[in-house]
Amino acid sequence: MRVFGLAALLSLSLGAAAASETTVRVGYLSVERPAPPVLSNLDPDPEDLGLAGARLGLADNATTGKFLGQSWTLMETAVPEGGDALAAARAALAGTPFLVIDAPAETLTAIADLPEAKGALLFNTSAPDAALRDDACRANLLHAIPSDAMRADALAQFLVQRRWSDVALISGGHDSDRAFAGALKASVEKFRLKLVGEKDWIFDADMRRNASAEVPLFTQEFGDHDVLLIADEIGDFGRYVVYNTWLPRPVAGSEELVPQAWAPVVEQWGAAQLQSRFEDLAHRDMTSEDYATWAALRTLGEAVTRTGSDEAGVLRDYILSDAFELAGFKGRPLSFRPWNGQLRQPIPIVTDRAVVATAPLEGFFHQGNELDTLGRDAPESACRAFEEN
Amino acid sequence: MLRLTAILTLLAAPALAGGEIWVTNEKDDTISVIDIDSLEVTRTIPTGERPRGITFSHDYSRVYICASDSDAVQVMDPVSGEILHDLPSGEDPEQFVLHPDDRRLYIANEDDAITTVVDTETRRVIEQIDVGIEPEGMAVSPDGKIVITTSETTNMAHWIDTESEAIFANTLVDSRPRHAEFVKDGAELWVSAEIGGTVTVFDTATQAEKAKIHFEIKGVHQDRLQPVGFELTPDGKTAFIALGPANHVAVVDAETYEVEEYLLVGRRVWHMAFDGDHSRLFTTNGVSGDVTVIDVAARKPVKTIKVGRFPWGAAFRPEGG
Repeated sequence: MRVFGLAALLSLSLGAAAASETTVRVGYLSVERPAPPVLSNLDPDPEDLGLAGARLGLADNATTGKFLGQSWTLMETAVPEGGDALAAARAALAGTPFLVIDAPAETLTAIADLPEAKGALLFNTSAPDAALRDDACRANLLHAIPSDAMRADALAQFLVQRRWSDVALISGGHDSDRAFAGALKASVEKFRLKLVGEKDWIFDADMRRNASAEVPLFTQEFGDHDVLLIADEIGDFGRYVVYNTWLPRPVAGSEELVPQAWAPVVEQWGAAQLQSRFEDLAHRDMTSEDYATWAALRTLGEAVTRTGSDEAGVLRDYILSDAFELAGFKGRPLSFRPWNGQLRQPIPIVTDRAVVATAPLEGFFHQGNELDTLGRDAPESACRAFEEN
Repeated sequence: MLRLTAILTLLAAPALAGGEIWVTNEKDDTISVIDIDSLEVTRTIPTGERPRGITFSHDYSRVYICASDSDAVQVMDPVSGEILHDLPSGEDPEQFVLHPDDRRLYIANEDDAITTVVDTETRRVIEQIDVGIEPEGMAVSPDGKIVITTSETTNMAHWIDTESEAIFANTLVDSRPRHAEFVKDGAELWVSAEIGGTVTVFDTATQAEKAKIHFEIKGVHQDRLQPVGFELTPDGKTAFIALGPANHVAVVDAETYEVEEYLLVGRRVWHMAFDGDHSRLFTTNGVSGDVTVIDVAARKPVKTIKVGRFPWGAAFRPEGG
């Protein structure tokens, strides 16, 4: 049973909040980094990746806020490549304790460790690194984007359900590829699948011309398997593997059948409405990064509305409590793991054209919340920063 | 709106032996008409795109249908099944409620965060009222003085004064409110919250929260207990509450607010309608594409009727109505 008493109690104080006008300021900080080159020119990253989701979340909060005497503003800061991210974070923290941050893991922890960030509430909306939810966790840093482990576990549950138990893996050479490959291998073990073979992607030729000649031989060496997993998080080579494998096998991971926080094909549970609101605002499809920034803003909105407070400490306590729940258009209430600050969420497993399944899948049980079958669970967590807080 | 239908059908009760249940099929753009004597689909009527909310005029000479993706409320002749005309509805109408004056239709425009008030006679928009994000649930008090819009993402019930057509109160509810009804002659407002997993009971006079109904089914995770549509028996003593993906209808004592029983129905149960004498209840089951018939006195599902894809709304039409 969830605790409803607290929510009821907190909503009582709402009258007071409604009477006084409050302005909630939220900082959005994006740290630009060079995008690695990829073979295909087909899908450039949108300029406002993540930012558009934050703007939509803010607009959603503002619509609710107008009935409660709250107004919401977003202070947007972009740090150019090679710029001083910490200085930008300090400047933003001078104006608000609430920061939504698109930055790599090491920048996130450096910001979280700033003296100015003590008592602040920071949201990671793009870094999937395992360590951030584990021994590198920070008490003032919550994670709206799923970890690599959550996505990999989601896919592994699907493979178990389909009884595709023998898997082969091709991994790219970028850090993000290796991290996701590591997560996939951990999930293969966790869900007792079998890794029959593993190869690094070694080709430096232009696969747009060569794939049909090279990929069959490259994958022939795996021998028999049920499904081919690909760790290609920057979208470089995976697309050229599909339909060129030696054995006719489904492809999953970073390509073809992909576990995602969000995708344009998600339409159930009212998601179509979020998609259309996003499209009206950004004139493009909503991505996982946009979903994470939207969820971060809505988390703040929900917490301010329910507590009637805009103090970071009060909001943090509420967000990490059993009373908090966010309607995130994924069919179940979203909440935060109190041991590491990760947003619990279902993971849609999608192709370009449809949602194939949504994890957690039926039959994967958990003594607490089924969403905790995805990613690092409390007993395995090395995160201690949340214990004393 | 269904409650209103219920009251009216009570007034005319002696004449009502048979009748029909009209069900909107969201993904088929049709209405399935179920004969309540044979419990079979006797007609399938084409509608605009993505039909959801459905309600009859007081004399049953017209049926109003929210054709969400056609951005219209369609007015149909229930005898011929012909569309008579469209009403200006604002974009993406999802649910609506017909005022006791039988003339004003209050429509939730889901994509626009607006409630549109339309005069069904002049076919003109009287007012558009700013509400929260994704308005959906609509209710009107029996005296016609208050209309409620619930907004799914703002998590509020907005209380609209029908004289000024303006909001006079906003009350928070749990996450994703989907359906609202005035019950017990308007003394209480009930609002279901799909993600919150609760039904909140408000005292109409003070707009204060009076009670909250919780659900628990052994073997079904708490997160799957998602209350959506509901109906109360005419004596106001028993409520039937659809629990969405939990595939059950909860039977609730409307005085103690305690759940008495859970009835297994089809998959993702949405909305429901009583027949004319309230002896049977018809639930729309979105995912399984069927309607479950519940014997109200025995509290047992007695039949499943296949309808179109994603049945959503339901409304009763008396014989010859």
